[in-house]
Amino acid sequence: MKGLSEVLAPEIRRAAASLDVARIREDFPILKQQVNGRPLVYLDNAATSQKPRQVIEAISRFYSEDYSNIHRGVHTLSQRSTQAYEAVRTKVQRFIHAAEDREIIFVRGSTEGTNLVAYGYLRPRLQAGDEIVISGMEHHSNIVPWQMLRDEKNARLRVIPINDDGEVIFEEYEKLLNSRTRLVAVTHVSNALGTINPIRRMVELAHRQQVPVLVDGAQAIPHLAVDVQALDCDFYTFSGHKLYGPTGIGVLYGKAKILEAMSPFQGGGDMIASVTFEKTTYNKIPHKFEAGTPDIAGVIGLGAAIDYVQAIGIEAISAYEEELLDYATGEISKIPGVRILGSAKEKASVLSFTLEGVHPHDIGTILDQQGIAIRAGHHCAQPVMDRFQVPATARASFAFYNTKEEVDALVTGVRTVMEVFN
Amino acid sequence: MSDLRDLYQDLILDHTKRPRNFGPLKNANCRADGHNPLCGDKLTVFVDLENGVVKDVRFQGSGCAISTASASMMTESIKGKTRAEAETLFGKFHQMLTGPQGVELEDSDELGKLVVFSGVKEFPVRVKCATLAWHTLNAALKHQVEPASTE
Repeated sequence: MKGLSEVLAPEIRRAAASLDVARIREDFPILKQQVNGRPLVYLDNAATSQKPRQVIEAISRFYSEDYSNIHRGVHTLSQRSTQAYEAVRTKVQRFIHAAEDREIIFVRGSTEGTNLVAYGYLRPRLQAGDEIVISGMEHHSNIVPWQMLRDEKNARLRVIPINDDGEVIFEEYEKLLNSRTRLVAVTHVSNALGTINPIRRMVELAHRQQVPVLVDGAQAIPHLAVDVQALDCDFYTFSGHKLYGPTGIGVLYGKAKILEAMSPFQGGGDMIASVTFEKTTYNKIPHKFEAGTPDIAGVIGLGAAIDYVQAIGIEAISAYEEELLDYATGEISKIPGVRILGSAKEKASVLSFTLEGVHPHDIGTILDQQGIAIRAGHHCAQPVMDRFQVPATARASFAFYNTKEEVDALVTGVRTVMEVFN
Repeated sequence: MSDLRDLYQDLILDHTKRPRNFGPLKNANCRADGHNPLCGDKLTVFVDLENGVVKDVRFQGSGCAISTASASMMTESIKGKTRAEAETLFGKFHQMLTGPQGVELEDSDELGKLVVFSGVKEFPVRVKCATLAWHTLNAALKHQVEPASTE
């Protein structure tokens, strides 16, 4: 497997090597504790990541000093809140390299972003017999909304098969696109396998048939530099809580032209320009899609998280995590009976594995007794489990605050599992 | 690591590796499917119930060590018991796993070998693993059509 670090520029490799992880760990209060008498080893970052004090303090400071409702007050606090809220929109725009800040819509998370596209974009455009294309490695959140529309509209859901390495089979994808395809919805990085999908090529192919593409970026955003204009995707979603920010806040990016042509998803305050009992005129984008008082403090926390990540550098984070994943993959593979699921050439931060004769749930419990937090289960990706014919996997997922020593603790932990069962 | 040995006792590991009464039961007149959505454990319990007595019982499916061992030992414990006795035993088993800490169980003799699961109490998220087979048995004995669930 060719690691990302091998293809990265030398200065980025140096940046990865210079990542001061000991100092970074000082920023994460939760990591300092002991669990079951052992130092906490937190390897469940693909489920959610921990928060640096910069994020925790930004939220606390906002509530203590600036908090008010946004967009409607003439008073000082409302102006401060509005300014801080809208400044994060611009920050997100720059972070994902969107063309304009009005293309950034604040939502609860990736799931809500996907549902917004399902109901605001696709539903009015979907006819009986039309097709939606997804991949075989999607999270349930990028399957179920499309199934619901399929059933309502009598449409078809087409699935791009994946190979034994856990990569989409490109030729099959090409065959699935046709004049009835109305949307491609695909994950950037697989939460169960770690595969990085070739999004730019997939978008290019879909666009040849005038098919728009939604990218689920929930797993990609903490690990990869994302440039939505370079990808040329039409929609991109992500959640703040996987990016070291708070829960309950996320982003839907959409190309302005498409967002403008879309109907609102929810009705309420802030999304209107004027209301009478006869007629309502909707607000402009992005406000058209932000009905009601939003998670203002969540947005502030997300802004602090982006600042934090950018101060370290997303390229340096990518390179460091790639090193960590390569090391973990090598070490875990040495344990007899281990099977790693997902061996894509391009992978990010996820190590999914099974142990012969041991259910992943038991691995999870035994590791927890040693202070090690991993995820055991189907990872909300049951079709992936079916594809590899396993009921579940154990999944270790890494962040830039993890260390090689923690990987060693994981390996020792897995060996203990073997001892218990043999 | 002593806690781990409380959970994964030798008897439990023995039943995990060599589950008893495993596989379908041809003469079953009661059966039910059980599902633990948390971890994806799925099993089926087959019962040959004659005049209110469990004449034979078997199970099949896949699950973690605790759920497999629990299903296996359950089949051994309830064979020959009446439906009411099986239900009472489940009640006591459930009480052992979920009752208040430090309270001695009355009549723990009745549980016999099943006391080996008492360590599960220290692992609240695993209680459902240990009770899945019993919930499924209950459903089978009541001829429920809907699959039993730990939820």
